[in-house]
Amino acid sequence: MTTRIGKKFNELQAQKEKALIIYLTAGDPSLETTKKLVLALEKAGADILEIGVPFSDPTADGPVIQEAAQRSLKTGTTLAGVLQLIAELRKISQIPIVLFGYFNPIFAYGTEKFARDAARAGVDGVLVVDLPPEEAPELKKHTDAAGIDFISLIAPTTGAQRAKKIAATATGFLYYISITGVTGTAAPKLGGIKADLKKIRKISSLPIAVGFGISRPEQAQQIGRLADGIVAGSALVKLIAENGGKAELLKIVSDYAGRMKKAIKYI
Amino acid sequence: MKKLPDKNGHFGIFGGRYAAETLMSALLDLEKVYLKARADRSFQKEFDYYLRQYAGRPTPLYFARRLTKALNGAKIYLKREDLNHTGSHKINNTLGQALLARKMGKKKVIAETGAGQHGVATATVAALFGMECKIFMGEEDIRRQAPNVFRMKILGAEVVPVKSGTATLKDAMNEAMRYWVSSVRDTFYIIGTTAGPHPYPVMVRNFQSVIGRETKRQIKKEARRNPDILVACVGGGSNSLGMFYPFVDEKKIKMFGVEAAGHGLHTREHSASINAGAVGVLHGNKTYVLQDAHGQVRDAYSIAAGLDYPGVGPEHAYFHSKKKVKYVTVTDKEAIDAFSFLSRQEGIIPAMESAHALAYTMKIAPKMSKNTIIIVCLSGRGDKDAQIIAERGDR
Repeated sequence: MTTRIGKKFNELQAQKEKALIIYLTAGDPSLETTKKLVLALEKAGADILEIGVPFSDPTADGPVIQEAAQRSLKTGTTLAGVLQLIAELRKISQIPIVLFGYFNPIFAYGTEKFARDAARAGVDGVLVVDLPPEEAPELKKHTDAAGIDFISLIAPTTGAQRAKKIAATATGFLYYISITGVTGTAAPKLGGIKADLKKIRKISSLPIAVGFGISRPEQAQQIGRLADGIVAGSALVKLIAENGGKAELLKIVSDYAGRMKKAIKYI
Repeated sequence: MKKLPDKNGHFGIFGGRYAAETLMSALLDLEKVYLKARADRSFQKEFDYYLRQYAGRPTPLYFARRLTKALNGAKIYLKREDLNHTGSHKINNTLGQALLARKMGKKKVIAETGAGQHGVATATVAALFGMECKIFMGEEDIRRQAPNVFRMKILGAEVVPVKSGTATLKDAMNEAMRYWVSSVRDTFYIIGTTAGPHPYPVMVRNFQSVIGRETKRQIKKEARRNPDILVACVGGGSNSLGMFYPFVDEKKIKMFGVEAAGHGLHTREHSASINAGAVGVLHGNKTYVLQDAHGQVRDAYSIAAGLDYPGVGPEHAYFHSKKKVKYVTVTDKEAIDAFSFLSRQEGIIPAMESAHALAYTMKIAPKMSKNTIIIVCLSGRGDKDAQIIAERGDR
């Protein structure tokens, strides 16, 4: 079964386009704003959205996304609330949505119930940063059954054998981590990415998205040439943090997404 | 019971390796190197050498005559881990891990610390083996454990203040993990307790098991039999597992792990993950975690900085589920009373962490016969806590 994610990549590939994947933390500054941001981002050219479920101890995130999670939790955001937001969005938007987060909130929700409710709400994929293939089955068996893609990460430190194992069970797309570090804390180096993506292409036919350190259109363009999509997160979350209360927030965020999409559209 | 963890680091449903992909190859490498070292007699010999000649082991098993007399019940022995070099049991583990780091060719080490005991023990071995050292410590802990911060700096370590969350041990560990993600190629993370992703819980437990092995030998010599009761405090759980593990197959021994009840379990200000938490995933393993209904981790609290942690080692979670160890709690106030009592009865100032184990012992010992033998793991010395007592002004 092809999810909205698969269809989107097929569409883009047919038009020789690259995917712009945008991350934002749900509930920062409020779930209502997140809803507006998603719709604005879709209009501005985002192809896939990664919606972050806030967690108290985000050990794979840099300061920008840590602070976003803190702000969101302070307003009382819960996983159930995020799923409800997605269900509401689904009435008006068909943009592919990946839930991005840590395992504990999902575990507390109940893995089987989560998969069922997420599918019903219209979630297309999940990416759980602290669930490597060794621990993945306890969630993946349920998301597989519910028809939700299980997005897997490959890091610069992942060896060849291991990458093969990861690729074998991944669905949707492969997410290549472009820096040895936490989100939004360094600029990716092109040489290493090029070599690694070449290796990954040999073992998997899934689309590859690259993320964790991409903030500027030039970077997006350079890396976009090598991949099928790029992920921008911290840079956008920073814009939301700086302009959260302003009336022109949607415009500022849309402009950014527009510039990023333009940089990678036909390359 | 000794066959655990399984090959992926699970103790029943607990444990595991819930880590970011960037760290996975380092964790798998570490496991390989550790398993090889464990079976390697020359590694064990080297480890034993440093424990003996550098840390000062074996530590005494001391019969606390005046304490026993005052409580008028069971015989109380103290396993004097406070007499180790650096003043706590933490050196047992840091020596082991530093030797592994050396084997892996890593010249930089990092660690998280709460009370500062593990930070000092890590800074010490880093100096000993000529390694660069960064210690992550919450700002609140830097304030309340100032003497240990100075010690780390004297030893040449950089102390990195952590501001996020409640600025205590949990946040220090988050920050250490983030730093490790970005430096994993040349840096060894010396985790100080039996938590974290596999292989840390099993590795730290095995390095610390020297406590229980010595105790077993010492009490056999002294009393020609096994003890009846073992008591140790549980934060992450390294001194307690080190003490308990060599005894887990002895059916008649009762073991008590003492969690910090802080201001009381009815408040939210405590660190009793097993007694008041729920199963969850934190810092790379599945265990009991203090958390809300939505899986957000709550801040822990204890007067003892080394117990101020919202999780607990997965093997403790397993022992709890199998009823192998009984987990009990002691409040701040009870711990402070025990701290003062031991100081005056025996001339031994215990760490506030160890005072929790003593406080529980003081509750149960008077009700027991004079033939009963209780061994308390006195995991560290209390000089570092003098400031806290002085600030309270009550003693």
